[in-house]
Amino acid sequence: MFSRSHHVIVGLEIGTSKVCAVVGRLSAEGVLNVVGVGQHRSRGVRKGEIVDLETASEDIRKALVEAENMANLEVRSVFLGVTGAHICGFNNRGRHHIPPTYREITEEDVQDVIKNARAVNLPADHHVVHLIRQHFIVDGQPEVVNPVRMEARQMELDVHVVHGITSRLQNPIKAVKGLQIEVEDIVFNGVASSLAVLGNQEKELGALVIDLGSGVTEYVVYAEGIIKHTGVLAVGGDHVTNDLAYGLKVPMGRAEALKIEHGGALLTPDVRGRAVRLGSETGASDRTLNIEHLRRIMSLRLEETLEIIAEDLDRAGLLDYLRAGVVLCGGGSRVPEIDRLTERIFGLPVSIGRTRTVSGLAAALDQPEFATAIGLVRFGSYQLGRPARARGLTARLAEKLGSMLQRS
Amino acid sequence: MEQPITNPSVAGGQAGPRLKVVGVGGAGLHAVEHLSRNRADAASLAVVHTDARLLGQSPIEDRLLLGSHLTRGMKAGDPDVGRAIAEGEAERIGEFCAGLDLVLILSGLGGNTGSGVAPVLARVARESGALVLAIVTLPFEFEGRRRTVQAQAALRLLRTAADAVIVLPNQKVAGLIEENASLTEALGKANELLADGVRGLCRLVTHEGLIKADFSDVCEAVRGRHAESCLAAAEAAGEGRVRAVVQRLLESPFLEGGAALAGADALLVSIAGGPGLSLKEIHQLMDQINRLCEKAQVIMGAEVDPALEDRLLVTLVGARRVEPDGTADQPGEVDERIDEAASALVSEFPTGAEEPGRRPPAGSTAPRSPRFAPPPPNLNEEETRRLLDHQRRKSGRRRGRSNNADQGLLNLEVISKGRFDRSEPTRHRGEDLDTPTYIRRGIVLN
Repeated sequence: MFSRSHHVIVGLEIGTSKVCAVVGRLSAEGVLNVVGVGQHRSRGVRKGEIVDLETASEDIRKALVEAENMANLEVRSVFLGVTGAHICGFNNRGRHHIPPTYREITEEDVQDVIKNARAVNLPADHHVVHLIRQHFIVDGQPEVVNPVRMEARQMELDVHVVHGITSRLQNPIKAVKGLQIEVEDIVFNGVASSLAVLGNQEKELGALVIDLGSGVTEYVVYAEGIIKHTGVLAVGGDHVTNDLAYGLKVPMGRAEALKIEHGGALLTPDVRGRAVRLGSETGASDRTLNIEHLRRIMSLRLEETLEIIAEDLDRAGLLDYLRAGVVLCGGGSRVPEIDRLTERIFGLPVSIGRTRTVSGLAAALDQPEFATAIGLVRFGSYQLGRPARARGLTARLAEKLGSMLQRS
Repeated sequence: MEQPITNPSVAGGQAGPRLKVVGVGGAGLHAVEHLSRNRADAASLAVVHTDARLLGQSPIEDRLLLGSHLTRGMKAGDPDVGRAIAEGEAERIGEFCAGLDLVLILSGLGGNTGSGVAPVLARVARESGALVLAIVTLPFEFEGRRRTVQAQAALRLLRTAADAVIVLPNQKVAGLIEENASLTEALGKANELLADGVRGLCRLVTHEGLIKADFSDVCEAVRGRHAESCLAAAEAAGEGRVRAVVQRLLESPFLEGGAALAGADALLVSIAGGPGLSLKEIHQLMDQINRLCEKAQVIMGAEVDPALEDRLLVTLVGARRVEPDGTADQPGEVDERIDEAASALVSEFPTGAEEPGRRPPAGSTAPRSPRFAPPPPNLNEEETRRLLDHQRRKSGRRRGRSNNADQGLLNLEVISKGRFDRSEPTRHRGEDLDTPTYIRRGIVLN
């Protein structure tokens, strides 16, 4: 049914509000096409992490079935997005001496320096999700992209390490494996989103991607073409809804509806003194609801979330690198005026993420909510694009999963 | 038994401050025994009890038996009896504490001797010129309401009597212990945490440090009446010990995952390590601690002790000054006013002579000393919150980053976190981000 020249890549994001599966097809020419999208309301996830495995599995199955039907194929394996407050990233440097005197750097030396950079001092129960190469430093010469065949005594490598707690990374893997579907690799959601919404030029200029999800907010900084910083804040759209439910004294469902209908990231003059009537569903007496309060609660929360991110980047000294500005994606980027609020806080141009690096179903590509899942497909296509490493990857994964299961 | 079983109090380091660790009551006795097993050098240990038999079994030599003529060597049957006994023998307690610079009172509140004697001991020791630091535990919830009430009453008295009180609720330890741990284990764990903290404190006061944090710094951190304090100590060894030690500190139930640090005004950090203690490690550690408590004035001390080898030992003492206007008081404690406590401190029980400075009991209409705050208005929870919000707004504190660490409201009441009630809290610099932002920033919707 399928020609061998096509690779099918499936990205699966188990989000807090929805489970989303995107099917992409990579042609022999290296063109990635999105051919199927499936989504289902997610019920077993809080703050980006599964709290009810049974329900989550059911939701994942439904989303995958929908994607399968649309793409008219069977999903065998997925690239799985992971997130959660336990995930964090930092930069590390690995060193490698080339004995005894200088000679040409070989591929083995590169592997050695990667190994050294990987040997970071992490607690035993942590697992490295990504080890992202930044730059090589060859005999003190910085910013070397590829050191092979250069002559040197010593080589260093800067990497960005994204790690999380093994047992908590294992839960989504377990949910997927329970459906008899293989996990090709796990990818940090923030990294996936950035792959979907950033082009090469923006990565080169320096950009911040903020994925405003419902459970968590992830952010990734690219500068000089490489990932400089990643972070997760376990605050998202759910918090906004919860704040509204608490502040306006309405049920969660009603708060969610109010957020969508009347929400906004800024307290604009036009909402001052505005009120809406709340129809009674339960037979209770009618209430009027002050829109100004709603906006105030919401804008405070969003402002705080963005401020925490800005503070973190400020501390890392990265705010000056973001020449291409801030790109927002995720459901939170649909909040009216969120771009203006972000602009005010970061003082940078802000845009809403559109997937430009992939072709296919326009309806799916235009929606910022799908950025992560599409980014997962993109990630998969990069992995498959390196056939020489494909074998190694599978073996590595098998080993990883094996060790994870053993530890449990 | 008329003759008290006392030894002349042994002074600590000759040049250093004279320090005595006094265990009061059953729990205090156990805690001091625990300490003596792992001898905290230079601190002399002493015990005070009303039970001759328990005191006799104790390995501690410096003992003071109280009320032998009243209880005939049995336990005090009631905290008030305990207090009456202590008041009656205040002179002997005074001799017991004479010439000391620092008295560390260890006690478990909620029982009879501890609750009754500890506040009096604190007051007498303070009058005799010593700095009094009380480290007390509150009973487990399962011990029943009566003990909780007794403990709370005793704590009120102690707060007015001692320079600083470090309260370690046993219930918080319960969260740390596996559910099916035996009672002995649970109590043992509580004692262990207490002993760890005290040991760290003694080390801090008695050892010569490289970067000196000494006795005067402890005073600085905790001096000022009615200060609330927290205490935690942790130890780690080997590679990545800085990370491990901070993690262990945050796991300490008494720091409430760092929330207690964010509220602290003053923080004393004592770092002790083997000869391998590096500047980088201290830097890393302090960086992490400073980030947790932006508001606090941090005093830091470091010392190298070859005996520690590659272990790293960190002790934290944090203190939060309760604002005199009472706005920082917890609404649950609004009724626990200082004046009430102070007037009740002087025992209402026949202790022999009527003291001239005796204040009328709480609730009487007699004029109060102007030093004390007026009684709280009788408000329900909702009204209290509104009032506090209002006051906060009036005081001109604006929403802003500088306000982030200032989160009186967090401790004020339990705000329902709704959907996130059972999830892992999202903490950022000591704030619980699951609580609506507008509440944390004290913004009133009207």
